[in-house]
Amino acid sequence: MSRLGNLGARLYRGEVGYDFIRNRKIWYGVSILITITAIIGVAVGGLRMGIEFKGGAVFTTDSRAQISTSEATDVATEASGHLAIVQELGNGGLRIQITEVDTAKANEIKETLSEELGIPAEEINADLVGPSWGEQIANKAWTGLGIFMVLVVIYLAIAFEWRMAVAALIALIHDITITVGVYALVGFEVTPGTVIGLLTILGYSLYDTVVVFDSLKEGQKDITKQTRYTYSEIANRSINSTLVRSINTTVVALLPVAGLLFIGGGVLGAGMLNDISLSLFVGLAAGAYSSIFIATPLVADLKEREPQMKALKKRILAKRAAAAARGESPEDDGPVYRQADEDDEDGETAGAVVGQRQQPRGHGRTPGKRR
Amino acid sequence: MAAPKKGRGPSGGQGRPGRSLVLILIAMVALTGGMFLSGHTTPRLGIDLAGGTSITLKAKNQPGKPNAINATNMGTAVGIIERRVNGLGVSEAEVQTQGSDNIIVNIPKGTNSEQAREQVGTTAQLYFRPVLTVAASGPEQPTPSGSATPSGSATPSAGESAKPEDKGEEATGEEATPSPSSTTQGRAVTGALKKAPTPTPTGSGEPKPSGTPEASPSADPATAKLQEEFAKLDCTDPEQRTAAGKDALPTDSIVACGSNVPGSYEKYVLGPAEVSGGDVDDAEGAIDQQTGEWIVSMEFTSAGAKKFQTITSRLSQQQPPMNQFAIVLDGEVVSAPSVRTALSKNAQISGSFDQESAADLGNILSYGALPLTFEESSVTTVTAALGGEQLKAGLIAGAIGLALVVIYLVAYYRGLAFIALLSLLVSGILTYTIMALLGPAIGFALNLPAVCGAIVAIGITADSFIVYFERVRDEIREGRTLRPAIERAWPRARRTILVSDFVSFLAAAVLFLVTVGKVQGFAFTLGLTTLLDVVVVFLFTKPLMTLMGRTKFFSSGGSWSGLDPKRLGAQPPLRRSRRAGVSTDPKEA
Repeated sequence: MSRLGNLGARLYRGEVGYDFIRNRKIWYGVSILITITAIIGVAVGGLRMGIEFKGGAVFTTDSRAQISTSEATDVATEASGHLAIVQELGNGGLRIQITEVDTAKANEIKETLSEELGIPAEEINADLVGPSWGEQIANKAWTGLGIFMVLVVIYLAIAFEWRMAVAALIALIHDITITVGVYALVGFEVTPGTVIGLLTILGYSLYDTVVVFDSLKEGQKDITKQTRYTYSEIANRSINSTLVRSINTTVVALLPVAGLLFIGGGVLGAGMLNDISLSLFVGLAAGAYSSIFIATPLVADLKEREPQMKALKKRILAKRAAAAARGESPEDDGPVYRQADEDDEDGETAGAVVGQRQQPRGHGRTPGKRR
Repeated sequence: MAAPKKGRGPSGGQGRPGRSLVLILIAMVALTGGMFLSGHTTPRLGIDLAGGTSITLKAKNQPGKPNAINATNMGTAVGIIERRVNGLGVSEAEVQTQGSDNIIVNIPKGTNSEQAREQVGTTAQLYFRPVLTVAASGPEQPTPSGSATPSGSATPSAGESAKPEDKGEEATGEEATPSPSSTTQGRAVTGALKKAPTPTPTGSGEPKPSGTPEASPSADPATAKLQEEFAKLDCTDPEQRTAAGKDALPTDSIVACGSNVPGSYEKYVLGPAEVSGGDVDDAEGAIDQQTGEWIVSMEFTSAGAKKFQTITSRLSQQQPPMNQFAIVLDGEVVSAPSVRTALSKNAQISGSFDQESAADLGNILSYGALPLTFEESSVTTVTAALGGEQLKAGLIAGAIGLALVVIYLVAYYRGLAFIALLSLLVSGILTYTIMALLGPAIGFALNLPAVCGAIVAIGITADSFIVYFERVRDEIREGRTLRPAIERAWPRARRTILVSDFVSFLAAAVLFLVTVGKVQGFAFTLGLTTLLDVVVVFLFTKPLMTLMGRTKFFSSGGSWSGLDPKRLGAQPPLRRSRRAGVSTDPKEA
């Protein structure tokens, strides 16, 4: 732990750090690749929608079912006239799923199952869903998603600025696309639980992003009054200085979800706990990634287009060039970390992670040293 | 909107941390006390955890009635369904609207779910039928003729003579003999019924259920069957009561039950329906200008007025009880007023109404045959065993998640984790007590998604502490001593916490308002815990930090405090000290 604590300190001071901004194009590329894969996955494979979305019935029994899954499949298929999917649950019970069964007909099937399985009908759990129900849930979820996005963009635009709102929105869409894509590619079943998980990602993904933005907002205060750091460099510092928190938050958020996943998947076999935690797990991971690698670099990109920031960058580059011409380091001391590719023609991020310990209250210190 | 700057001044318990702590302590004690006083020490469990049946009905749009699905109609439908379900003798069945066009019916375990489904799924049917025979049925009546057989049975029989049910047939043989003769008319029935619409059976008369009225030609087998049914019918039995008159065609004669005074029932033989609910244009409870009594005034459509005129002009010529018509909703007689004169478009029902019963009847008449039909969107039946198992699994998952978070926090934050754990504990107590109290207050029921929401919320709550702790550590890295660090870190941490919690709450609120079903339960818990997170961080964590900052353990920055400046790599005053910090860092397990 101590090493981690130290890492936190060094990240905080900018002694170490990963240059998220300079390498942003790589990560954009990675994200675009993943997103395209996800979209192709959805387009080609499609999502495996659960009973709740297609209409049908799910019967769950306890461990007393004296019948094998394949026998149960035959019985259920015969009784319903539709193909039944039977799973064995962690507790030894059976989960019998029959699609496209009318809710009215489900009773007969239940009776038949009760006879064949030797379990009283009233002790069989039944979940009967009409075909329009899932559609309704999905529609409402989309509506909720839409309303939420609009509200959040408005809020972020007011609380921060529109560039951050746009970047957060893109990151959000990115997370959701990836999660949906994982479902399409792996073939997990989509249930209302999945939708719940997906919708929760909304809040969480933004939660993470907002914390980084908050730090960035402090860092960019009075940015035009100094000539040490470009906007991108400050953004990078913001990410690095909140990195420990981001990691901690993600770990702390994932731990309970992992508990849910373990119990939901391991003990209950299938069901709502499993569905919610699975989509949450994927979404949280994507959310943590996007708030660091996508959202903030995007803000930097958008910011650097501003005339003010362009001018600032020009001044800084000129200053650095002058300093270099005089044969000095632009900073009078302090090692330059992670600048292995110093000859990078881009040059815009040179010195991005320069240490500057000698001036604790220097300009451009990230998380608001000035109040 | 929680603007980032929102919040009180930098004080936040800075000066008087004790005050906030006392405040939150009082809140906790009050909530816990309230919980025990109200007797609801556990949150109400939803169907998926407690077992039972949950039915979701969706109102279908019908062509030609574009605005039929509105709040009024949905409310009426809920009322009618509630009546039907509770007619099954279900206790604590819960019927509520969800969203704009859904009705959720939750029936706890131990109820015949199939029967409940049948009850709930059908459309309300309202008919006006002529009364052929009426008799009291129920335990409330005064003991009739000496023939009453004393009995230990809790269910007195059908029929006047209060015999236990198992002797019902004998009773029939002795005195309540139905006479299947087609010419007999039920004149012998209780004189008290003349005062209908509130027939208060005195129990003095002997029921001589009559046969067919003139209006319908005698159909002996059918009539006999009807008489037999009538004799057997015991309206005090909820199952018999709801079963009576069910599934009958409007053109059939039926037997049915009704109740004018709670607890006492009358049974009826009713002729074919002559006016249907659709013929009623409007009805409402009103005060009679002359008598000052509550009445129900109704207005018929033009077609309905004609039919109503026909029935009333005929009935007004009859002797009681055959001058009554029964208003039958879903096979149950809601009211059976007697007719004095022929009526047409406008009619008034008078009797011993009060404001509520007049309004009720008005509602039933207006909406009895609902302008809505429903389809079953989903039916979930969960056995108590599975419910218990899911609850257990949820709790275990929560315990595992919590334990993992605790281990992580302790490993990373050391002494600070103590503060985090206490805060989590406070948050947990508040969440639990509020959930327990919300059960009786707003009908909140903890279901599986809600449990998931609470587990996920552990992360959100813990994150607020992480934000603050990291800020404090940053300040210490700046070279500050603990107490100023705690105070300086707070305003920034506070802003971050408010902004991020606001976003999280926004998501929960939108989900809660827009979605239906299980998603809503999840959103509710998430929103609740997010709000509580803010409360706890402001009123508990921060003041506690301030207090702890004064203790020797934390301010000395021992290696177990989690605030060891050396370990944190605190900067200056001397540059060297940082390096020293690195090198002297003791390795620990």
